[in-house]
Amino acid sequence: MTSAAAASAPAPAEPFLVLSGIRKAYPGVLALQGFSMSVAPGEVIGLVGENGAGKSTLMKILGGVIAPDAGTITIDGVEESALSVAASMRAGIAFVHQELNLFDNLDVAANVYIGREPRTGGLLNIVDTAKQRQMVAPFLKRLGASFGPATPVSRLSLAQQQMVEIAKALSMHARLVILDEPTSSLPLSETAKLLDVIAALKRDGISVIFISHRLHEIKAAADRVIVLRDGKLAGTLDKAEIEHDRMVKLMIGRDLKAHVSAPAQPPGKVAMRVSGVRTATYPGQTVDLELRSGEILGIAGLVGSGRTELARAMFGIDPIFGGSFELDGAPFQPSHASRAVERGLFLVPEDRKLAGLLLDLPITQNISLPDLPTHARNFMVSTASETRTAETQRRNLGIKAPQVSTKAANLSGGNQQKVVLGKWLAMSPKVMIFDEPTRGIDVGAKAEIYRLMRGLADAGVAVMMISSDMEEVIGVSDRIAVMHEGRISGTLDRDRFSEENVLQLAVGKPLQQEETAA
Amino acid sequence: MNKKDLGLLILIIVVGAVVALINPRFLLPINIANTANLVGMFGISALGQAFVIITAGIELSVGSMIALVGVLFVDFIANQGIPWPVAVVLMLLLGVAIGLFHGLLITRLHMQPFIVTLCGLLFYRGIARFYTQDSTAGFAFGQSFPDLEFITAGRSWGIPNSFIAMLILAIIMWFVLHRSVFGRYLYAVGKNEEAARYSGIKTGMVIVAAYVICQVLTVISALYFAMYTRSISPGSHGNFYELYAIAAAVLGGFSLRGGEGSIIGALLGVVLLQELQNLVNLLGIPSSLNFAVMGGVILIGVLIDQQFDAYRERRRIADAARQQPAQPQGTPAE
Repeated sequence: MTSAAAASAPAPAEPFLVLSGIRKAYPGVLALQGFSMSVAPGEVIGLVGENGAGKSTLMKILGGVIAPDAGTITIDGVEESALSVAASMRAGIAFVHQELNLFDNLDVAANVYIGREPRTGGLLNIVDTAKQRQMVAPFLKRLGASFGPATPVSRLSLAQQQMVEIAKALSMHARLVILDEPTSSLPLSETAKLLDVIAALKRDGISVIFISHRLHEIKAAADRVIVLRDGKLAGTLDKAEIEHDRMVKLMIGRDLKAHVSAPAQPPGKVAMRVSGVRTATYPGQTVDLELRSGEILGIAGLVGSGRTELARAMFGIDPIFGGSFELDGAPFQPSHASRAVERGLFLVPEDRKLAGLLLDLPITQNISLPDLPTHARNFMVSTASETRTAETQRRNLGIKAPQVSTKAANLSGGNQQKVVLGKWLAMSPKVMIFDEPTRGIDVGAKAEIYRLMRGLADAGVAVMMISSDMEEVIGVSDRIAVMHEGRISGTLDRDRFSEENVLQLAVGKPLQQEETAA
Repeated sequence: MNKKDLGLLILIIVVGAVVALINPRFLLPINIANTANLVGMFGISALGQAFVIITAGIELSVGSMIALVGVLFVDFIANQGIPWPVAVVLMLLLGVAIGLFHGLLITRLHMQPFIVTLCGLLFYRGIARFYTQDSTAGFAFGQSFPDLEFITAGRSWGIPNSFIAMLILAIIMWFVLHRSVFGRYLYAVGKNEEAARYSGIKTGMVIVAAYVICQVLTVISALYFAMYTRSISPGSHGNFYELYAIAAAVLGGFSLRGGEGSIIGALLGVVLLQELQNLVNLLGIPSSLNFAVMGGVILIGVLIDQQFDAYRERRRIADAARQQPAQPQGTPAE
């Protein structure tokens, strides 16, 4: 279904896909409003915006997964009010998601043609593996792949696996390939390869929407940048206008450092010390870290740099393979999370639906769960006591719910996160670890969570915040430790906070100035 | 009592009324008492199974344990001359040991409950048969244990003592499951073990405790079964009893995925199963169809239950959608 005319047309040409006046509301949240954009053949569009700005809603509309409440989608001059999944595929819109959908027990060709394998015909009518490989070879060549169609996917690097996904899109006659944060889990060398692939697609007249938080990659790859903020089009930048600061300003609607909340007092004594700790993921590396009461220590780093593993080890979920912890000046051996909870070390986990909450249970029972013995008399739980505590937390944290007996599943992301927080705040924490505390949370609730974290620190709690959101790390932390492949590659004090410094440490390069951190 | 339990109770009453209309012998005191006795014995083992199913586990060795405990207990008191209270304590200790064994294999060595307890099913049955050389264990003519027989097979105020024992155990277990801290932990572990662990709950200990409770209750029911039949052929005694217990729990609203179900539900499940057995006998249905009737009713029961849940969920969403325009923006997605 590739139109020869479109493929040969020089970019920028007539747009083949036009969205106009798109609006989509969810209960309590206006995900998109009055949003319009167009895509011309061979155009590379960078799409940026904070978490919750409406990017995923937009993607779901383009994929035909959800229908907009208002607005039109025009493809090749045909106007529709919504796309179906089939219509989206017919139009040649293909997605490469952050989490790849590959079968790593199959080879490249089998993955590309999964579900539409060429058959040998005849009585057996089995899969024609040889033909399948022949069919895939030209796509791999177009993308400049260094591997063949018979390579098992399990042997490919992440960037190469993304190329397989893109080859799959090409085999389905894609005209628009949407890459959803393709580089967030790629090492730097692989990222360059992916940018080459984008250039190859562009040469073939295939359009690309490139979603990324890495603004310098957007700058390198995109012909045009579309910035989303709070569900609205915040601005469009043409090739010449694409600059880091302009994108950031459009994304957050203000300057980056405008809202740094300062601590009420200088940090106190060391609340937790991590000495030479090895985790199962990086047994060859050791982590040394000091966490002082009254400070917010940001932990930055790329996905897979061992930050979550460190937090899990500190909280007693995973065993450590060397090294030791010290909590409040006394040795601390977290053989189980119950030990950490006894000592006032709490974790707000990355995946709140899987690890943070019992979604089927009411707010009250979620909040009382770690502290049930204090709500009990003669081993019997007092629901009155639970309800009192839950009401207190609901008031203090501003949890928006009809009743405290509402199931956690029926709350919005931000309110769910507040319930997770509430269960720990009800128990007087000494050390609080937050793992990606604002992921998937709307802007308003984010600010509240930051305020709560600062409040905790000011009350003398040692706060550690793992975050992949650069603005968050720089805006909220008092000190930043950056992790790279299982070790702390550097620590930054506030006067040296910058996106460049954090990124450089995150990819493992030391900074120019000599480290003077303790 | 929640709506599910109420629905089950109504079903039991309706089925009972229909059977009574067709065959009035259903309501004879002798029939009621016999059924109550069976409900009592199966009910005790179903209570144990319920604790394991709550944690998303399963205990398949129940029937074999009932046979093993049966032959050991009868042999101990009839042939070995061990005083029966001592023998009871020994059997309970055996239950604790086997519960610990299963629980630790599952939590410490991360084996699947189905596999561990399936091997138990085979193993304990084999030991029971070996112990008696495949012959029936029973009492000598005239041998009698008045106290033990009164407690297990006797009646108080016309009510079988096995039924009274079940009621007492059910009340205790109701408090444990629905009111105690441990009960909360059981539900939490069953609903989401990961989240429970992240809340500092010692999930392994909770699961082990569930298997121990299950085995202890199984031993208690095994003693009642042994004294009820008074002769135990180790090859067939207790066959399929684990499945009756699982079926009762599932009928009573338990989910094999864990985290769901109530004591009252499990007991009502037992009552319904026994009522069905009784119905087959009283209505002159060939007894060979016994299992078919049970299987059919369980399938239909669970099907209706789930469809009803889905219907209620759809209605809840529809209600919420209708209320939405009236609510100001910023209210949570209820």
